[in-house]
Amino acid sequence: MSHWPVVPLLLPLLAGALALLLRPQSRAARVVGIAASVALVATSGVLLTMAWDGELQVYALGEWPAPFGIVLVVDRLSAAMVALTSVVALACVLYAVAGDDARGPYFHALFQFQLLGVNGAFLTGDLFNLFVFFEILLIASYTLLMHGHGVARTRAAVQVVALNLVGSALFLIAVGALYSVTGSLNMADLARLVATLPESDVGIARASALLLLVVFALKAAALPVGFWLPRTYAAAAAPVAALFAIMTKVGIYAIARLFTLVFGADAGPLAGIAAPWVVPAGIGTIAVAAAGALAATELRKLIGWMVMASVGTALIAVGQFSVDGLAAALFYAVHSTLVGAALFLIADLVRRQRAAVGTRLDASGQVRQPALLGGMFFVGAISACSLPPFSGFAGKVMVLEATLGGDLVTASWLALLVGGLVVTLSMARAGSALFWKSGSEPSTADPAPRLAVAAVVALLAASPALVVLGGPMSGYARDMALQLTDTRGYREAVLADTPPAAHRRDYR
Amino acid sequence: MELLLSVSIGVLVASGVYLVLRARTYPVLLGVTLLSYAVNLYLFASGRLTVASAPLIDQPLATYPDPLPQALVLTAIVIGFGMTAVLVVLALRAVVETGSDHVDGEQQ
Repeated sequence: MSHWPVVPLLLPLLAGALALLLRPQSRAARVVGIAASVALVATSGVLLTMAWDGELQVYALGEWPAPFGIVLVVDRLSAAMVALTSVVALACVLYAVAGDDARGPYFHALFQFQLLGVNGAFLTGDLFNLFVFFEILLIASYTLLMHGHGVARTRAAVQVVALNLVGSALFLIAVGALYSVTGSLNMADLARLVATLPESDVGIARASALLLLVVFALKAAALPVGFWLPRTYAAAAAPVAALFAIMTKVGIYAIARLFTLVFGADAGPLAGIAAPWVVPAGIGTIAVAAAGALAATELRKLIGWMVMASVGTALIAVGQFSVDGLAAALFYAVHSTLVGAALFLIADLVRRQRAAVGTRLDASGQVRQPALLGGMFFVGAISACSLPPFSGFAGKVMVLEATLGGDLVTASWLALLVGGLVVTLSMARAGSALFWKSGSEPSTADPAPRLAVAAVVALLAASPALVVLGGPMSGYARDMALQLTDTRGYREAVLADTPPAAHRRDYR
Repeated sequence: MELLLSVSIGVLVASGVYLVLRARTYPVLLGVTLLSYAVNLYLFASGRLTVASAPLIDQPLATYPDPLPQALVLTAIVIGFGMTAVLVVLALRAVVETGSDHVDGEQQ
């Protein structure tokens, strides 16, 4: 058994603990943060190559065989998500080192703990363990959200914490209900047990499945429960907001994983239970986010609404629960995370250079480096608005094509295209207010630190790179979707070492 | 026993939801706490209620209570306690910084 699958958890855990021991805001803490993030990128590269040929890596923690112990499972989807997290994290750490990490203690430690939670959520094959990793990433995110302090951050944090505590309660109720009828928490084992539930228990399992959908929609910031996102992301410090761009993907990942594996096509009476809800939620999310983007008077809120619109787009793709839909969702999620993170960092550079007005969208302040910031904003906005030639266009076309076979084609296309147009208009308005119509008074702010600019450029460069590597990328996404829908292969790989059923408790 | 437990969980959830919907941070905090109590009881009950059975397996076929929900409850208590502590600190901070205990930070 290779030990690579556990490295993306151990690395941030140990690095975070080490950074806690070091003097806060010291040079050593920075070195630990950067070194751990670089090592995480390398590790995720190893995981990607391991997952590339399609073999599932199952890592039983403590050698306890599934379903008794907790397993980590690396498949193409998990490996891709961990790789995406590591790349965004490295860019955020580099940006933070250029000054933001000194605004409060323990930035690097909390940052690594957040990565521990995100990576764990992507890798675990156990439902309760997924809850635990959700809580790890949440408690780190609460504290990171408060990094640098300020009234706006405190207000946003109180709301987010209260909301997520209720979400955690719902998650536990769903887990308890599912356990009470199946007697298992291992996802592969659940997939096996859910398909053969007796008639009397189906109702409980259905309630549990839909509760889980609500919880994941809350994490993903989908429509009925997603209004926390723009305010929170606008309040957070830039590298934190950029890292948060991955957090909505954790919710989308959990929907894609649970509702293909456990409540997917093989789930007997519960097959396709999420299908009637996910696409309408995506359409509604885009509609609300587009309206919010149009009304936004502040750049960071605008980007927050735009991230929410991208959540809606990814949900429409996931909601097809087809190979094409899931492949499109992965490609689009990678694109939107990288570009969303870059835009949050650009907004912060703009804020620093417009001391009086910050990121407010009016024409009264000039930035110090209009060509550099304007150019970066232009590339990021074009990509985020899904205009050619960047990756957003390819991603959106994949999503549009994937919806063709499913229900609600007209509504999905309307939402995707009109929503895209409205977001484009909002971004164009923001760009012209910030960079074209800006007042005559020159800015006296310092130019942007080189390291910060390099981090942004690296994130932005991923967008054309995704287009250049479009063939292999969409091929990988397709293989990933095939693997994700092959629940039989997943079950057999995870439960290969399971002891005979005689030792198991019977819940019937 | 089933009736007593389910009524207790129901009352806790109902009170918790009512308090969570209040506009002041302190009732919200209490509501979240009550909700987490209810969830802990619920998780505990998901392993089935048994009376007078051995806590550990001493012989192969004896009845014994399911140990897993107890471990889950323990984890949930620890996590819930930590999260509630974070919310207390944040709520206090919000009162100090905004001068109001309204969840949106609004004045009276």
